[in-house]
Amino acid sequence: MALQSLDIARRSATTTPAPGVRQTTEVAKLIDVSTCIGCKACQAACMEWNDIRDEVGVNHGVYDNPIDLTAKSWTVMRFAEVEEKGKLEWLIRKDGCMHCADPGCLKACPAPGAIIQYANGIVDFHQENCIGCGYCITGCPFNIPRISQEDNKAYKCSLCSDRVAVGQAPACAKVCPTGAIQFGSKEQMKDYAAKRVVDLKMRGYDKAGLYDPAGVGGTHVMYVLHHADRPELYKGLPNNPSISPLVSLWKGIAKPVATVAMAAVALGSLFHYVMKGPNEVSKELEDELEKEEK
Amino acid sequence: MIRNPKDLTRYDAQERANHWLVGICFILLALSGLAFFHPAFYPLTQLFGGGVWARILHPFLGVLMALAFLVMFFRFKSLNVMTPADKEWLSRAGEMVSGNDHNMPEQGKYNGGQKAMFWAMALCMLLLFVSGVFLWRAYFNLPVDVVRLGAVVHSAVAAIMIAMIFVHVYAALWVRGTVRAMVYGTVTRAWAKQHHRAWYRQVTGKS
Repeated sequence: MALQSLDIARRSATTTPAPGVRQTTEVAKLIDVSTCIGCKACQAACMEWNDIRDEVGVNHGVYDNPIDLTAKSWTVMRFAEVEEKGKLEWLIRKDGCMHCADPGCLKACPAPGAIIQYANGIVDFHQENCIGCGYCITGCPFNIPRISQEDNKAYKCSLCSDRVAVGQAPACAKVCPTGAIQFGSKEQMKDYAAKRVVDLKMRGYDKAGLYDPAGVGGTHVMYVLHHADRPELYKGLPNNPSISPLVSLWKGIAKPVATVAMAAVALGSLFHYVMKGPNEVSKELEDELEKEEK
Repeated sequence: MIRNPKDLTRYDAQERANHWLVGICFILLALSGLAFFHPAFYPLTQLFGGGVWARILHPFLGVLMALAFLVMFFRFKSLNVMTPADKEWLSRAGEMVSGNDHNMPEQGKYNGGQKAMFWAMALCMLLLFVSGVFLWRAYFNLPVDVVRLGAVVHSAVAAIMIAMIFVHVYAALWVRGTVRAMVYGTVTRAWAKQHHRAWYRQVTGKS
């Protein structure tokens, strides 16, 4: 959670505008997979800046360590070994929150103010408002948020919203020794990515490209991929992700339709009573039975 | 409502307690569930001690309601078998609603509308229970597509169920002399003869 408060683009479970008079530049983190060496300095920097230490786990026989994102590990390097044109390629992708322009987590969240999207594009969880339902996980197209077993709050990468708010780059970008993680305005990052793509194409990666998926309105964490036509090669990076139609139905049209339908039945009942009156036992029948009883 | 020794027992104490256990659970579940469904209802979480408590309590109340309803289901199942007279009643329910019940076919302990409601509620309860389990992240970790489907089913069925309960409650209030059957168990003979004549004849032996 950051100190910004006048530049809120969207606030979870809130139907009126959030404070948004301050306009900030749209930012992005660019992860150039082609220059990543898998050193995990970004993972270490993330732990250090956020001051969170995950439990020491076990080695699963692969380089991925920890094996998955957790409430305390907000980024992990995912190592994929694929064969392309008879050559082994070691594809290493730094996984974590993509900071979607159209965030499924925020759409699904039922707790007002538990998820905030800032004008700069960062999607941040405000854990003090989180109720621990896990709807953010249900809404996320990238399988990122994790519920803590200790406090039942959802956690994920904040894109170092606290650092960005004071003009600093996220800790992972600051520490990356090869410059594979760049940070700046989204426009700058797109320009930088375009140059990298030209370079990769010259080196034989015809399908090199930028991963900024339109299905979620673009993201504020983007990848340069050597095989942009097959993002799934990179440990299941989704090809053309979007908010699930089921989530859109559930947190979209279903809300007003169901609310109006329930209200209509309640009001319909009231007006039925007012217009038709109660259904009383008829006087004749009551008299008849009274006579019988005597 | 004068209590009369001649009044007819419609529900015994156990049936009433069973019904109200389900009813109380349902009210609490509807209030807490609506809070997660639409931001307009989020303040209802305050009734439960805040959003976190509402999230914790909702599924446990759901399990309790499902169990209590299961008992009630087997209690009343055989009384709710549809007969041709019920179908006839249902086909003419419009007359009943418009306030003209003189020509309605004779009904047993339950009329066609009540029976239809019984089976619809049983189906809704089953769907709510199963889809609710899909959403219970504290204890279940199911594939995300299953959870998404569960979320849609759970909220759609819950909205239908809430609307049906409005009808259920309203029908009890609209037909005067009905609520007492579920509060202290008896109805007047005149009430029984007017609304459930076949049942009246069955329990009194009169015509």
